[in-house]
Amino acid sequence: MGELRLMKGNEAFAEACIRAGVDAYFGYPITPQSEVIEYLMAAKPYETTGMVVLQAESEIASINMCYGAAGAGFLPATSSSSPGISLKMEGISYMAGAELPLIILNVVRGGPGLGDIQPAQSDYFQATKGGGHGDYRLYVLAPSSVQEMSDFVLIAKEIAFKYRNPVMILSDGVIGQMMEKVELFDPIPRRTIEEVEKQCPWATTGKKPNRQRNIITSLDLDPYRQEKHVLKLYEKYKRMEQEDVRYEEIQVSDAEYLLVAYGSSARICQKTVDLARVEGIKLGLLRAITLFPFPGKRIAELAKQVKGILAVEMSTGQLVEDVKLSVNCSVPVYHFGRTGGVIHTPTEVLDAVKNLLMK
Amino acid sequence: MTEEIIIAGFGGQGVLSMGKILAYSGIMQNMEVSWMPSYGPEMRGGTANVIVILSTERISSPIVNEYDTAIILNQPSLDKFENTVKPGGTLIYDPNGITRHPTRKDINIYSIEATEEAANMGNTKIFNMIVLGGYIKIKPLVSVDNVIKGLEKSLPKRHHHLIPENKAAIIRGMEIVKTK
Repeated sequence: MGELRLMKGNEAFAEACIRAGVDAYFGYPITPQSEVIEYLMAAKPYETTGMVVLQAESEIASINMCYGAAGAGFLPATSSSSPGISLKMEGISYMAGAELPLIILNVVRGGPGLGDIQPAQSDYFQATKGGGHGDYRLYVLAPSSVQEMSDFVLIAKEIAFKYRNPVMILSDGVIGQMMEKVELFDPIPRRTIEEVEKQCPWATTGKKPNRQRNIITSLDLDPYRQEKHVLKLYEKYKRMEQEDVRYEEIQVSDAEYLLVAYGSSARICQKTVDLARVEGIKLGLLRAITLFPFPGKRIAELAKQVKGILAVEMSTGQLVEDVKLSVNCSVPVYHFGRTGGVIHTPTEVLDAVKNLLMK
Repeated sequence: MTEEIIIAGFGGQGVLSMGKILAYSGIMQNMEVSWMPSYGPEMRGGTANVIVILSTERISSPIVNEYDTAIILNQPSLDKFENTVKPGGTLIYDPNGITRHPTRKDINIYSIEATEEAANMGNTKIFNMIVLGGYIKIKPLVSVDNVIKGLEKSLPKRHHHLIPENKAAIIRGMEIVKTK
């Protein structure tokens, strides 16, 4: 068994980056995720694993530092909260275009604009539909516990290299700020320069006499070549949908009504399921772990068994659109959720089940 | 077994650290734990509260709106949380500075003169450990030994010489907590 600690979600992510052998972290503080950079600065991994930790002068600088590091075959990580992630989106789009690995953590807070600093899930569209400009997708993981803030760094690392694509861990102020028991995984050494060159033959590691120049760019002015490139990206996203969808089912086998939720909302919905079962309501929960690729196929299967579906999220309705697209009008789909930094309670969700789903 | 606790008071009273020590004690006792603070633009003298859940099962929601136990350390928190205690649940409060006392008849109410006792013991900083002692006396879900282990885990090593004083405060809290 690994080492047990009581940690905040933000701290667990930071510790996991060190242990996963991430090569560099570039960030800029913003509530509610400043503990990530605070933890890394205190842990000083540059003295042990050689991992670079740098507070840039802005979010935009930090994402472009990630671009540079990834172009050279290293695995960078960055983190921010909603307004800061918006600033990073240009760089994220460039990195998706240039097919570079990256781990991004978004600890979502209330928006739009500067909004507030309380937990929210209103960046779902931004995370799952690309976020920046252009035809691209991020692989999006939604942790719902502090343990997963640690574990998902390993999944993100694997996926970032498997597809050469940025991976976003879409968290929120609840998961970032709360403390839970975490079992830490054993440290994985960072790759040596030789291992980087072997794993990333495409990287700009210095031209060797026996190969052409490696060029890292998202620019191709020839529309026919650019179309071919975009279609190649599209094939990757299709492959993600076939090979790397993740979800969790809670009490769905006999469910007559279904909740669909992710992240902290899914934790709240677990309690709602317990409360409903006490009252004899056959309620189940599908927790989406990957938001892109979305577990739509499984939701469509479950739609054959249930009378209705309620999408629960801390927004005015973003996840609910993907649920509706998945079930294609075969059952009624409703939305419930507080927004702007207000967190719905398990009983509020149960009331919505009764008032919307069971009416 | 699941115990859902709210600890609420002024910022600076040690509300969050008391919750952290309690959560660590739960881990030492092989329980599942969660610690969810009210975070925000808050400061010393403002209100602070934290939800701590101790459970022998996987914890579902870290945020709940009804509690098995409320540990209340000032008037605004008492006004806000008295009605959130589950019927049959427990409310522990320090009567120092309280003018409107709890009135519910369907819950178990205990008082602990922790502010006064901390002053008697000559260290106002151990206030929260006296309160924690009162709690574990009323709800013995975690042992004193595991609370001490929790303290060792949550205090930086340079502060470990303070553990005996904190232990004395916990024991004192166990002695002075009383039914209202």
